[in-house]
Amino acid sequence: MSVILQDAPFDPGALLLTFSRGREETGAIVSFTGIARAEAGRTTTLELEAYSGFTEIEIGRIEAQATARFSLHDVLIVHRTGPIAPGEAIVFVATAAGHRREAFEAADLLMDYLKSRAPFWKKEVGPDGERWIEPSDRDRTDAARWD
Amino acid sequence: MARVMLFGPLRDVAGWRERDLPAASITALKALLAAEDSALGLALYGKGVQVAVDQAIVRGDLALSANAEVAFLPPMSGG
Repeated sequence: MSVILQDAPFDPGALLLTFSRGREETGAIVSFTGIARAEAGRTTTLELEAYSGFTEIEIGRIEAQATARFSLHDVLIVHRTGPIAPGEAIVFVATAAGHRREAFEAADLLMDYLKSRAPFWKKEVGPDGERWIEPSDRDRTDAARWD
Repeated sequence: MARVMLFGPLRDVAGWRERDLPAASITALKALLAAEDSALGLALYGKGVQVAVDQAIVRGDLALSANAEVAFLPPMSGG
């Protein structure tokens, strides 16, 4: 189980390859990659702020809950911070479980949490200026499915 | 001295991110910040702003030890 926050870009394919290696009892691995959208040119940069230390602990708490709930063999969460350009990966989640249903559902739960409740503050910067972003209604109802 | 940290929109309101300030409690710290910057004061009492002391969320007032880290956390946006 690990949570990694980093300013530097990452390669989701390389992360998945490393995560998948050497597993003989894991029947299912699901991975999700979130990409920064350009929003039809309205966003030139996404700026993501975390509270170093606190953010990892809070995400780790949900990771532990998901691990217990879905009997996961392993989880990896990598999240970008700082300025992110459209087209770059923001978040990578991989789950490993004995069977596919648990791996799918755990990845789904973790992403709903990360998109709506994780301790980040997100700003969109574009030609018309900058604005702080809050979770959408859909992000909130998606996350509430797991409560 | 408490190490005071502001996140997200609060940082834009105040124009700073981290400062060392003398305060014996959270209430005293908020009063100090509000006295020198009324816009920040208003924002600190805004809806959904949480306070973390030494990286743990606290509710209500709390005495601050020397070198406490106090973070004001506006509503979290998710990633």
